[in-house]
Amino acid sequence: MQPDLSTVQDWLAQIPDPEIPAISLVDLGIVRDVGYEDDTLVVTVTPTYSGCPATAIIALDIETELLKRGADKVKVRQQMSPAWTTDWISDEGREKLRAYGIAPPQQGAATCAGMLSAQNAACPQCGSDNTEVISQRGSTPCKAQFRCRDCLEPFDYFKAI
Amino acid sequence: MDAFVTFCLRMGDNALILGQRTAEWCGHAPVLEEDIAFANMGLDLIGQTQLWYGLAAEAEGKGRTPDDLAFLRPERQFLNSLLVEQPNTDFGHALMRQYLFDAWHLPMQEELAKSSHEGVRGLAQKTVKEVRYHLDRSRDLIVRLGDGSEESHKRMQDALDWLWPFTADLLATDEVDAQMADEGIAPVPALIAKAFDAETQATLARATLTIPETRLRRTGGRDGIHTEHMGYILAEMQSLQRTYPGARW
Repeated sequence: MQPDLSTVQDWLAQIPDPEIPAISLVDLGIVRDVGYEDDTLVVTVTPTYSGCPATAIIALDIETELLKRGADKVKVRQQMSPAWTTDWISDEGREKLRAYGIAPPQQGAATCAGMLSAQNAACPQCGSDNTEVISQRGSTPCKAQFRCRDCLEPFDYFKAI
Repeated sequence: MDAFVTFCLRMGDNALILGQRTAEWCGHAPVLEEDIAFANMGLDLIGQTQLWYGLAAEAEGKGRTPDDLAFLRPERQFLNSLLVEQPNTDFGHALMRQYLFDAWHLPMQEELAKSSHEGVRGLAQKTVKEVRYHLDRSRDLIVRLGDGSEESHKRMQDALDWLWPFTADLLATDEVDAQMADEGIAPVPALIAKAFDAETQATLARATLTIPETRLRRTGGRDGIHTEHMGYILAEMQSLQRTYPGARW
């Protein structure tokens, strides 16, 4: 079977990110292209961090899911350039992150000079801006640890890159 | 060896060996947050290694994979700077080594992001964002610990005194660098040296640390002549592939 491309997009939008299952691969903005090369369905993805351990799992998940849905031949291609940025996370994805308890990255990552510009990441629990950095690194390379000074809850912030 | 392959291996070997050293903190760092930070930075660096080895292997055209380059080369063929192979010793040494490397790595990646070589440019445009975070963190901690307690100041100064001569190997240049600069693939080395000096002078002064007045320059790593620590790193890192050649997960 050679499903049409919009159907494939819909399927991809249902594959969760392996580390943050609250959002899909499409929400994350890493699916750059979907197309056919002869009879092979080629999905082009951009890795998030160079060393992100989820990269291989993501490729495997895409292949498994599309084959399961009935595609005949699937190939996942890695594309480095242009480099992924958190600006590609969809608005819907940002809202899902917040609901999941992860403060979404600030927009404008391309001009973001790094961590210190994110001092006021809003607390995903109570919405307060009165927050502080605990550590520049969190449970995954893409997140930092923050604490809310109002509700005192610690939370993950998805770093802008 | 082809100059471009040498250049890519030097970049990749720096990232791999520092990543390996950094990963040694996993489960051992003084606080949980730093433990996680070191492990995550190691991941970034090892990810970057794969990209550099990918470019090197493709240009070399001998069918070697990034894994072959990491696990099957002997010590003399590793071209990382001597700085990154220095032992962890204590947390101060590890942080100072990281900071000195980052102070060189960020301006290097910023320039490589404008490289005439498409593969290098794509790689650097990605990794420069990661490296920016690395320097943010190491600079912050150098200042806090250097300008901290008497004990933390002493440890940071000891680390700086020990590691400073090895920075010569980061900044060393030869005909490979000249050729890369001529072809617009990599920046003119003097440009990076200038950025490194500006960064380290400003930050170390803020950290109340004194750059040692030594004329000792430790170089050779970029040509494969390493300190005694390198063999131990490779013995551990390569043991599985040496014992069970071709083993796969």
